[in-house]
Amino acid sequence: MPRLKKGKSIKRVRSLEYDNLAGYIFISPWLIGFFAFMVIPMIVSLYLSYCRYNILTPPQWVGLQNFKDIFYNDPRFWQALKVTFTYVVGAVPLRLFFALFLAVLFSQKRKMVGLYRTMYYIPSLIGGSVAVAVMWRQLFGVSGALNSFLIKTGVLETGFGWNVHPRTALLSLIILAAWQFGSPMLIFLAGLKQIPASLYESAAIDGANRVQAFFRITLPQLTPIIFFNLVMQTINNFMVFTQAYIITGGQPFDRTLVYVLYLFRTGFTYNKMGYASALAWILLFIIGVLTAVIFRSSSYWVYYESGGDL
Amino acid sequence: MKLSKKRIRQWGGSLTYHTFILLFGFFMFYPVMWLIASSFKEHAEIFQNAHSLIPNTFRWQNYVQGWRGFGGITFGTFLKNSMIISGTSTLGQIFTASMVAFGFARIKFVGRKFWFRLMILTLLLPGQVLHIPQYVLFNYLGWIDTFKPLIIPGFLAGAFHVFLIIQFIQGIPMELDEAARIDGCGPFATYVRIILPNIKPALITSGIFSFYWSWNNFMQGLLYIQTPRKYPAALALQLFSDPQSVTHWGAMFAMATLSLVPVFIIFITFQRHLVEGISTTGLKG
Repeated sequence: MPRLKKGKSIKRVRSLEYDNLAGYIFISPWLIGFFAFMVIPMIVSLYLSYCRYNILTPPQWVGLQNFKDIFYNDPRFWQALKVTFTYVVGAVPLRLFFALFLAVLFSQKRKMVGLYRTMYYIPSLIGGSVAVAVMWRQLFGVSGALNSFLIKTGVLETGFGWNVHPRTALLSLIILAAWQFGSPMLIFLAGLKQIPASLYESAAIDGANRVQAFFRITLPQLTPIIFFNLVMQTINNFMVFTQAYIITGGQPFDRTLVYVLYLFRTGFTYNKMGYASALAWILLFIIGVLTAVIFRSSSYWVYYESGGDL
Repeated sequence: MKLSKKRIRQWGGSLTYHTFILLFGFFMFYPVMWLIASSFKEHAEIFQNAHSLIPNTFRWQNYVQGWRGFGGITFGTFLKNSMIISGTSTLGQIFTASMVAFGFARIKFVGRKFWFRLMILTLLLPGQVLHIPQYVLFNYLGWIDTFKPLIIPGFLAGAFHVFLIIQFIQGIPMELDEAARIDGCGPFATYVRIILPNIKPALITSGIFSFYWSWNNFMQGLLYIQTPRKYPAALALQLFSDPQSVTHWGAMFAMATLSLVPVFIIFITFQRHLVEGISTTGLKG
């Protein structure tokens, strides 16, 4: 969990004299990046979302037409939303479940725990890469490892196209997401270490067993972190692109057409940059709603407010 | 008697614990091991008995074949491109992010709190939202099909890295800064002489993350690089693995494995820093 060191050092900053010139010189790299690659693109994007634009000819103002088309005449938009929500609702709880479960196991003082923790983080390390996406496609392919194993053990007679069949294609992407639970696991571990041992000691004196201690102490104490992980993971998984692009390409029948993939195709394959900008703003609105949830609950997991004057 | 019973129960508990972790770990690790195993398999063996983890014969030939790449461009070129992109942007990131972090953590200026909060807010802004206007911008600047869109943003202090380094600077006693000031150091000298040497662990952590994200960043390459000779490894691998055109699966797996090697080397060397980085910032999923 984020924490800034309390007290002393912050107060000392107050005793310093103002140095506006040096301050702005030092933060200038971020300021330049913020304006050049964020603020200006956002303004341009807002303008483009009201235009028809194919990058070759100048943008043409069409008012709310893009948004009207998206909401009323674009079944693929609704399909992409549905796919993305299904993906998020499937992947995030699985990821958090595994993350919490293994964090609890790794918080015990046992031999080799450090090594285990490191090993279990590796899928998260490489999970976003093209190499893993390519591997996943073969693993679940018609002549892939899963089918080979299932045929050998007599479960299946012939290969099944897990990532091309309409009913299982999205599932193969969800499993890939669930596989990468390393980061939330490490955050849970850090949180578990913060729980005072005295709570467990007094529970033991009261005769509580381990399961009771978990549900009565660990879980309630961890709620802020669970919540934090939940929101961060939701935002993260909402942005899935590479895996869907490589493993399924949105197929079959748009069953794995995740939102960012649809946005990408609209903008860069069909060259409808104005329309895609409108899609991006709708995405930003959805993320904004999620972010608002984070900030409304900030009293649970705050970093800066508890820390001082930043 | 009592003691030994307790001992047995402890043993049993340990045994269950380690067996479970290792068994579960095997399933988790299977895909990675399978990828490596497949990179050594004969073409026919990749499809027959596909699930096996031990190749009948170790075909190093796959690596030779894969290294040849496509269109007369070797895989070495793609790896070199990725190294240039990830290496340069990481150096830029470490330098500028530590500067900005120093500014926020140690200099008092008008608007400090405001800009800091704004920066924290941008952590939550998904980059995908900005792809289209950024593309328009880079197109306007004539940066398409160059490394610039992949490198230059790295020189403009990413909020994640700034935040991570600020956390670390807060832990360095202010007395050091004050002593430096009494000795006549200005802010820049304080940054170079006092802060930079003391925040090496944070710089390493930030550097690792920056390198990984850049190395694994497929979408940026897909958007901005068009000439095959300039492809980063991720993009080359994707074309190399196009299901319609792959003729040599062993070679494809070999290059997929190879593209992960730099990531593994860095992870093994610096894993402690990485774990701490994630635990203290609570960021990155």
